[in-house]
Amino acid sequence: MPAYYLEIIVVVLGLTVLMVETFVSLRDKRSLGWLAILGLLVVLVLNFTVVETGGEGGNTPFWSFYVMDIPAQWFKGLALLATIFVILMSVDFSRVLSKGICPEVEDDGVDDCAENQVALSEFFALPIFICAGMMWMASAHHLVSIFVALETVTIGFYVIVAFMRRNVGSLEAGVKYLILGALSTGFLVYGFAWLFGVTGEMELGAIADALNAPDVHRTGALFAFALILIALCFKIGAVPFQIWIPDVYQGAPMPVTAFLSVGSKAAGFVILLRLLEPFMASEMLNANVTSVLVIIAAATILFGNLAALPQTNFKRLLAYSSVSHAGFLLMAVASAPAHPGVVSPVAAVSYYLAAYLMMTMLAFLIMNLIRVQRGDENLEAYKGLAKSSPFLAFAMLVAMASLAGVPLTAGFVGKFWVFVLALQEKHYYLVAFGVIGAAAGFYYYLKIVKSMYWDSPADAGSSAAVPVVVAWPTRIAIVLLVVGVFYFGVNPGALLSLFL
Amino acid sequence: MTLLEAIIAIPIVAALAIAFGSPTRPTAMAAAAINLLLILMAFAQYDLSVEGVYQLAGSHPIITVPSVEQPGAQSILLGLSTGVDGISLVLLLLTGLVTLAAVWVSPAEDQIKGSKRLYYLSSLLISAGALGAFCSTDLFFFFAFHELALIPTFLMIGIFGSGPNRVRVAWKMTIYLGVGSMILLAGLVALFVALGGQSLQFGDLQGWANAPAAIASASLENGIFLTLLIGFGILVSLFPFHTWAPEAYATAPTPTAMLHAGVLKKFGLYGLIRIALPMLPNGAAHWQTLLLVLLVGNILYVGYVTMAQKRFDLMLGNSSVMHMGYAFLGIASLNVIGVQGAVLLMFAHGISIALLFALNGHLRKRFGTLEFDRIGGGLGKLLPTLGLLFGFAIMASIGLPGFANFAAEVMIFFGGFAGLYSQQEGIVIGPVQIATMCAIWGVVISAVYGLRAYRNLFMGPLPDSSKERKLVDLTLAERLPLILLIVALLVIGCAPGLLIKYLIPSIENISHLAG
Repeated sequence: MPAYYLEIIVVVLGLTVLMVETFVSLRDKRSLGWLAILGLLVVLVLNFTVVETGGEGGNTPFWSFYVMDIPAQWFKGLALLATIFVILMSVDFSRVLSKGICPEVEDDGVDDCAENQVALSEFFALPIFICAGMMWMASAHHLVSIFVALETVTIGFYVIVAFMRRNVGSLEAGVKYLILGALSTGFLVYGFAWLFGVTGEMELGAIADALNAPDVHRTGALFAFALILIALCFKIGAVPFQIWIPDVYQGAPMPVTAFLSVGSKAAGFVILLRLLEPFMASEMLNANVTSVLVIIAAATILFGNLAALPQTNFKRLLAYSSVSHAGFLLMAVASAPAHPGVVSPVAAVSYYLAAYLMMTMLAFLIMNLIRVQRGDENLEAYKGLAKSSPFLAFAMLVAMASLAGVPLTAGFVGKFWVFVLALQEKHYYLVAFGVIGAAAGFYYYLKIVKSMYWDSPADAGSSAAVPVVVAWPTRIAIVLLVVGVFYFGVNPGALLSLFL
Repeated sequence: MTLLEAIIAIPIVAALAIAFGSPTRPTAMAAAAINLLLILMAFAQYDLSVEGVYQLAGSHPIITVPSVEQPGAQSILLGLSTGVDGISLVLLLLTGLVTLAAVWVSPAEDQIKGSKRLYYLSSLLISAGALGAFCSTDLFFFFAFHELALIPTFLMIGIFGSGPNRVRVAWKMTIYLGVGSMILLAGLVALFVALGGQSLQFGDLQGWANAPAAIASASLENGIFLTLLIGFGILVSLFPFHTWAPEAYATAPTPTAMLHAGVLKKFGLYGLIRIALPMLPNGAAHWQTLLLVLLVGNILYVGYVTMAQKRFDLMLGNSSVMHMGYAFLGIASLNVIGVQGAVLLMFAHGISIALLFALNGHLRKRFGTLEFDRIGGGLGKLLPTLGLLFGFAIMASIGLPGFANFAAEVMIFFGGFAGLYSQQEGIVIGPVQIATMCAIWGVVISAVYGLRAYRNLFMGPLPDSSKERKLVDLTLAERLPLILLIVALLVIGCAPGLLIKYLIPSIENISHLAG
């Protein structure tokens, strides 16, 4: 089966969800969510079966618009997994969602809007289309296909960030995301134009050859690099283009925040890795590109971790934490080795993002439950969770330990290889920033553990003492993620060996 | 599954069982007792005639790479490898003994406020972390197991800690240890990269480190050693990074204090002896003077701080920091007898401080305070057994002959003076000798605060306030774990050769140490 069938199946799945909603009268539209999850699971299984695309063009059909290699397959898997978890969260979130969409009800009126679950199916369908875009992005190897895939994702996000149209926070997030996203798109296209102007090529392999040629216009190439980097720093949330992150994360509906934090970030990094490869491989540009990346990585780690320290809104805290993780990932990106070591930056970034997916999704799944059942996103809501819901508290403890980088969790292995790469390239100052950042991380992640385990709820007898109800699909997802965090923390070879 | 893997797995399995509803105290006690037996079995199986390799070894490769030395073959980059030599074996015994005692002295279930399960499983997890760190022969897991204990310690102090400052103290300790372990991680990764970046296995790393000019430049080697020294130093409360320790131990619940001060803190010293000394010999020589200055700070400065304490728990916490200075002195002397003394002191101090913290817990339970002034004196009449055992513990801590601490300290001082006289140059008083002279003054300091504490608590007339109080002496169940520890100290004190015969070949195997 050619690899690009995967994207086609996902798009068809999204259309199916919309069609079913239109033509079949469903009692509970949440079943559409289960349909979507089931479909995506099938695609996830299929993803393992296609390595060779075969046929004309081998692994690069469509005139090299599309490649299927190990990183592509990996990031397709991440995109699918992230989408599955997001839709799972959306099912739980549907109650809150309708409040954000429907008008206030009169006292005696029947709430038709909430009753009919207006717009719920779109909330399931849009992530599927975004997922198709991300999967295509993982395979994009041509400036045009990169741009089209990126816009598919971004435009989908514009809609779902502002989905709760009666919620001021969600609207604010939507506007901010729209304006800054459009701005970054402008930078990206302009950068692509310069890159094409300098090299005369659109395909990344050919661009790499052209940039390695001795007669390449150096200033032009660096200008193109700067423009592209600015655009991608917006996407991954690297300093100084991270300003939008906290507000958008805080305002967007919970599942969307999770999707932004995991899916959008993974997609941004896969593009970054693909686009930087020609620049890093060029001997003339390598030194400049690396030094810029090192500075950005150091600033991102420092800002993300220090700004997270005083946060009391959990979503906002995780927004800053996502900035800091972008910094650690950039540390690996900046360490492309002159002599290939055991673990390449691509492998380290891929592993880190997989670990990040597991621990962040774990945190968001639990936050989502708390948000829906206690109506609160602040740390206050987590006080005494260990007493009322020990299972959730333990799962959250695992997520926080992994995010902080406590060993024997997947998060630690990610940081470990990043440090190895940076030291191999002798980025000693960058490692020092990494140490400061990671140590600061201990504080704010453990702050949540402290809320759950030490503190008692502010007023006893309030909703905080009531156990949180966990439906069985969510429970299974949480257990799987906890096991995954430990398993891949102890046995990283299971994933990393794909790249060796 | 090898014997060592079983030793690491048992506390983890027991902790899981407790989490899923197994009865807390019996499970924890059984796990600790079985583990102690298995550790004794490991001693029996250890072959003293084989030198230079990790024994009872087992390995589960996780990441393999094409071998550098044998083309075509695969070598292990990262693997869950375990193995012991004499040094780790002694520390395993320490961990087994202290774990059993710590679980034993843990309060009965109905006296724990909060989650009983968490209380017992934390002790087991801390123990598993220490056992794993001492058994690992892979850099990754060596570090990882130690860090595993950080979260349970944080939770224990925060939830069950005593005193009004527990939140602040828990944060302070966690931040210190978090920073320390991140610095340590950077140093360990730098070492791995500098030695080729092809393997994390101790055996391979040591092999490459032994090659001439293994590390490209002297400044790189010195830099890595300093990073490791600071990283490990923070974990062992090396002066001036020690301020987290006394408060944390004074606040922590009794079993946590016993396990952390007794066992887990020794990880940093173990790391210096296992990794920094043998793999970075030139770095060790380069920073020897700095380490000497800092350790004199541990012994003298913290020693005087200890004398000034008005609360018994803070006095104990400070004294534990002070005694780490001796262990550092043994390491800094860079000769075989000094390092042997350091390892023996790790064992002796671990047992004696655990014993003292257990007694500290009994006093706190009876008086609700540990201020010398408020407890008053004369308890010897009311609590004769407690007083007797307390006397043993204090004498051991001071380093009276007959206790293991004495043997260890004497060996360290021998190590310190080892280079004093040579036939060519006559008497040479170098930095090590000066530091040792300062350290000997520390013996007097510990005698002062130790005996003073004993007098303040147990001698003299009873204050009127205590006469009306109903005080219960130690019951048999409370005595047994304390007696276990005292017997261990006495046996090793009277026959230190029992342990030293395991240490000698392993420590002589560390090249670059003077004879």
